[in-house]
Amino acid sequence: MTARLLEIEDLSVTYRTAGGAVPAVRGVSLTVDRGEIVGVAGESGCGKSTLASTVLRLQPPSAEVSGAVRVLGEDVLTMRWGDLRTLRWAGASIVFQGALHSLNPVHRVGRQIAEPIQLHEPDLAEGEVSRRVGELLEQVGLPAARAAAYPHQLSGGQRQRVMIAMALACKPDLVIADEPTTALDVMVQSQVLDVLSGLVAELGVGMLFISHDLSVLADLCDRIAVMYAGRVVEVGAAAEVFTRPLHPYAGALSAAFPRIGDPAARYAPAGLGGDPPDLRVLPDGCPFTPRCPRAVAECGFAEPELELYDVGRLAACIRVGQA
Amino acid sequence: MTGELLTASGLRVEFVTRGGHVARALDGADVQLSPGEVVALVGESGSGKTTLARTLLGLEKPTAGEVTFGGRPLDYSVKGLRRLRRRVQMVLQDPAGALNPRHTVYDSVAEGLRIHGLVDADPEGRSETEIVAAALSSAGLRPPESLFLRYPHELSGGQRQRVLIAGALAMAPDLLVADEPVSSLDASIRGEILALLLKLREELGLGVLVVTHDLGLAWNIADRVAVMYLGRVVEQGPTEEVLANPRHPYTQALLSVVPETERMEPVVLKGEIPDPTRIPGGCRFHPRCPALADGRAEAAGVAGACRGTALPVLPADPSGHVVACHLASAGESPS
Repeated sequence: MTARLLEIEDLSVTYRTAGGAVPAVRGVSLTVDRGEIVGVAGESGCGKSTLASTVLRLQPPSAEVSGAVRVLGEDVLTMRWGDLRTLRWAGASIVFQGALHSLNPVHRVGRQIAEPIQLHEPDLAEGEVSRRVGELLEQVGLPAARAAAYPHQLSGGQRQRVMIAMALACKPDLVIADEPTTALDVMVQSQVLDVLSGLVAELGVGMLFISHDLSVLADLCDRIAVMYAGRVVEVGAAAEVFTRPLHPYAGALSAAFPRIGDPAARYAPAGLGGDPPDLRVLPDGCPFTPRCPRAVAECGFAEPELELYDVGRLAACIRVGQA
Repeated sequence: MTGELLTASGLRVEFVTRGGHVARALDGADVQLSPGEVVALVGESGSGKTTLARTLLGLEKPTAGEVTFGGRPLDYSVKGLRRLRRRVQMVLQDPAGALNPRHTVYDSVAEGLRIHGLVDADPEGRSETEIVAAALSSAGLRPPESLFLRYPHELSGGQRQRVLIAGALAMAPDLLVADEPVSSLDASIRGEILALLLKLREELGLGVLVVTHDLGLAWNIADRVAVMYLGRVVEQGPTEEVLANPRHPYTQALLSVVPETERMEPVVLKGEIPDPTRIPGGCRFHPRCPALADGRAEAAGVAGACRGTALPVLPADPSGHVVACHLASAGESPS
C-alpha cells in the first residue's frame, strides 16, 4: 500500500460547445495522500467540479482531456472500462452536493446503500449485505434502523449522511466530496464535517474536498488549493492559506466570511467586484486582473506560473512579495 | 416607542399534521423593526425563522397574536394584503428558481409594477422603462439597458440575485424581507450582495429583515439579532452584544460551530431541532442544552427549572439584550 492515493498531473479539460472551446481546467497538478484531506476552493465556473468528476472519468463525452490522473498508481484516463468500473466505488467514490437529488425517492435508503455493495460483491449473502449497511449507517452517526426509511423521511443532514455512507460502502481508499455541506445549516454542517474528519482519521482514507467556502476548508483540511479560471493559483497548508493568503483572489475568499467579533467587519461585508471571467475568451495576462485590487500594468503581459514562496506555499501572482 | 415599522407580538402559528397532531411552528414570538433598521433572524432549519418571516408578510395568518405594519394591524383581506405587499417586498433564497426562465430581466422587474398598476401612480411621473432602469441601477446592474432583454440563464448567480432585488425595489417598498439572500451564492459574490443591502438602507432608508443561519452575515450587516429556537425567540439584542457576548447556551453553540472561530471550543449539538408537534416541557432547549448536560445548570441550582418550568415569551425590547434561559437569569454566565 502506497501512501499516494491520487496524483493529478498537468490535467487540462476542455469542453467543446457550440459557442466555442471552454477550457474548464488548465494544467492542474495535485496530490492526495492516505489520511490526508486536501481542499479545493474557488467560485462557480473555476473548474473545481470538473476536476472532481474527471478523477473518476465522469466528465461528459464532449470534454477533451489531457494530462494524467492516477488513482492508486493507475491512470484513470486510459484504463480499460472494466477496470474503471472496479475503481469507481471500491477505489474511489464521490459524495455529491444536493443529497435530495442524488437519492432515489422511491427506494429505501438501505437498499440504495446496498446497491454498490451487491454490484461489487455479487456473491455476498443478503444478511451479510444488510449487516454491512447497518454498520455503515452507524459509522456516519445514524441508527441502523434508518435503513428502512425513504429519503423524504430524513432531514437534509441525515440524507447527506446517507450519501456519505453510500460513498463508503465499498471501502474506497479515496473519497471525493463535492460541496457536501453547502445546502446545510451551520449546526448540521458541523455535524457532517465531524463525521467526515472522523472517518478519515479512523479508516485512513484520503479525501479531496471541494467547496467555495474557504473557512470550512481551513477547519477541515490539511492542505488547500485555490482555483481561479481553471488553474490552481495558490497552494499551502490550510490554516496558512486562510489566515495569510498570498494570492489576492485567495485573500478575497478568505475575507468573504467575517471573523465574528472583528470590529473591522461590522457594516463592512468584504466582497469581490466583477464576475468570473469568460473562459472562452481568456486574456493573455493573469485572468484575475480585471477584478484584482492589486493589479498593475505588468499583470496583463503574461499569465503567471505557480511559484514557490515558502515551504509548501505556492502562488501564481507576480504581485506576491511586492509592496 | 415611536414609529415602529413592523411589530409582531405573541405570534403563534399552528399547523395540523396529517396524524391530527398540532405543530406549533411559531410558539409565541415577539419582534419589532424600526424604519431603516436591519434585523437578522437566525436559527437552525426548523427553528421557525422562515415561518416568522412569512407571517410578518401576511403569507401565513397567525393562530394568535398580532402583526402590525406602520402602526396598524395587518388586514388579511385580498385588498389589504395587496396594499401591504407594495410596501413589504420579499427576496427569496434561490435566485435561479425564483426567476421565470422565459421572462426577460425587464419583464421580471416590471411584473410587480404591472400587477399593482404602479406606473400611472408614480409620483415622479416616470415611464415603466424609467422605473425599471432605475431599479436595476439601484441594485447595482449598470448600464441597466444592457440587461433588459437578457434571460436568467444568461446571468451569473450574483446578477440573478440583483435582478430579484431590483424587482423588489421597483415597488419602492419600505421593508425588504430577505430569506437567506446569499446562501446559494459563491463566497466571492456574497459580500457584494450584503454591501448592496446596506447601501439601500443608507440611500433609500429601507428596513431589512434577513432570515439566515449565517451568523457571519448578521455580524456583517445587522443592527440587531434575534435567535430563534423551536418557534420562539430565545435571545435578542444589539448584534455586538448577542454575537460578541452571547448569553444563551444555544446562541453560544451556534457561534462555536461557525468555521474558523479560534476563540471557542466547538460545541456540536447532538441531533436536530425536535419535532414542533412535541415541544419539550420546561425550557424547550433543555434536551440538547450543553449547560444542563455538563452540570453547570445543576451547580447554579436551576436544573429543575430547566426541566420543569416554562420560560415566558421574550419581550421585543429594541434597546436591550434579553435572553430566555434559566441559567442566564440565575446570574451565572453560562460559559
